[in-house]
Amino acid sequence: MSEILVLVEHVDGDVKKVTLELLTLARSLGTPAAVWAGPGYSDAAKARLAEYGAEKIYVAAADEIGDYVVAPKAEVLAHLVAERSPAAVFVAATGEGKEIAGRLAVKTDSGVISDAVGVGEGFVAEQSIFGGGVNVHSRVTKGTPIITVRPNSTAPVAAAAAGAEEKVEVALSDAARAAKIVERVVQEKGARPELTEAAIVVSGGRGVGSGENFSIIEKLADTLGAAVGASRAATDAGWYPHQFQVGQTGKTVSPQLYIAAGISGAIQHRAGMQTSKTIVVINKDAEAPLFEIADFGVVGDLFQVVPQLTEEIEKRK
Amino acid sequence: MNIVVCVKQVPDTATERKLRSDDKTLDRDAADGVVNELDEYAVEEALRLKEAHGGEVTVLSMGPAKATETIRKALAMGADKAVHLHDDALHGSDALGTSYAVSQALKKIGFDLVILGSESTDARTGMLAAMLAERLGAPQLTLAGKVEVEGTAIRVERITDYGYDKVEASLPAVVSVVEKINEPRYPSFKGIMAAKKKPVETLGVVDAEIAADQVGLANAWSEVVDFAAAPPRAAGTVIKDEGDGGAKAAEFLASKKFV
Repeated sequence: MSEILVLVEHVDGDVKKVTLELLTLARSLGTPAAVWAGPGYSDAAKARLAEYGAEKIYVAAADEIGDYVVAPKAEVLAHLVAERSPAAVFVAATGEGKEIAGRLAVKTDSGVISDAVGVGEGFVAEQSIFGGGVNVHSRVTKGTPIITVRPNSTAPVAAAAAGAEEKVEVALSDAARAAKIVERVVQEKGARPELTEAAIVVSGGRGVGSGENFSIIEKLADTLGAAVGASRAATDAGWYPHQFQVGQTGKTVSPQLYIAAGISGAIQHRAGMQTSKTIVVINKDAEAPLFEIADFGVVGDLFQVVPQLTEEIEKRK
Repeated sequence: MNIVVCVKQVPDTATERKLRSDDKTLDRDAADGVVNELDEYAVEEALRLKEAHGGEVTVLSMGPAKATETIRKALAMGADKAVHLHDDALHGSDALGTSYAVSQALKKIGFDLVILGSESTDARTGMLAAMLAERLGAPQLTLAGKVEVEGTAIRVERITDYGYDKVEASLPAVVSVVEKINEPRYPSFKGIMAAKKKPVETLGVVDAEIAADQVGLANAWSEVVDFAAAPPRAAGTVIKDEGDGGAKAAEFLASKKFV
């Protein structure tokens, strides 16, 4: 079977969960080959990638790949596409992943599909567009299919493979060195998982009423090991930082479980969470549109229901 | 400083959006066309940079005839002039074709700085700025939460999952900005009136030296195979809280093995 390149997402040398998902997906369509670009590669990373099915691991670990915005990673992938003629390239549909895929598409004169929620035979991708209202199947018709895949679209399943390492040396072009990263600023975010990667997300909206009140959302999230999200009404009001906004103009999440408290569910919010597997809604307004897509809903005061839910979960642990 | 800000007309996200059954492209008649709201942050940032450093702000929009409404809105906010990239040959262009056409128009217009929103709310590829940087050979300063220009130096804070990266480059450059980088101004009455007199140049594929075999639906690098309205989710259980709503929700989560 032919090779499918999977660009590894990594932070501080740790392989992110979405990469394990992409390796699992690639295994159903070809032979997964992981591509590590940037510093931080280690035996632990190698073991992790092999555990999830990487037959091969291409390693371009030069420090300078991490010193510039996006372009060097696209050059590493373009080099491998030219050398290896893979059947497809999979990249995580994160902000940076989509940009890498875009540059790679231009470099290799290949079609690109953004934010797939599934990929089938013939690399036909499934997308959920217009806020989850329409399902589309699409495919690349020229060049090497480049597909960015939404985190949490595939459950990662381990299946040990060789993980044969191959070093890749790429001489970066001057254009790839044009936007220099002079400092990385890491903001404290505690022990919570990242919003787009989290298996469970607990979000609060207008009904939460204030920034201080978000502590009850956070408590429930922490009890479940979940990420915290917020509706636009809540971020616009300044109750929760903007980067946690779930919705049309914010993050798109697709967790196993999405709990919405005090969110009425305007179409713009549903656009960011409609592909969640299980949806629980808590709102005092029985007419809130989000109840229409809830698997379980409680019409009630979130200040009563959420703390009780948190307490009950604690008891059951 | 010669700033070009790219804006796109998109269907209103508050309405039901559709694809056309004939050629499977966006149905622009099914919903009201509005300025992509993420582009309003780009227009505002362009205006602020002009106010701080002088120069001129040109709006560039690729789209059908009715995209002029969107162009007028950006002019009413305070941009100086506009270029409307409009040609039937461009209809149905995918991300590669669009980035190619826009890059050709940008070469024609000339720029020190190109500013875009982080993505459009209809296609949501989030790729255009990166593709433009690639095609133009210009530094990519995207997903910026802060932009500073000093002479020919430009610095941005690029928003990441862990915080942000401080990034430096030299002009000319391509920037995209995130939502909430600023508070976009509302067009004043005076602005709206003035916009009616501002020059809007229309460029077709020939004018912009766009190779016709690189754009349009027939030449796209990808195709829609089929599409359908998402099936409605199976109706769930909704209960009224009678003092035990939280406990009932916990039971539900336990039944699904979440706790």
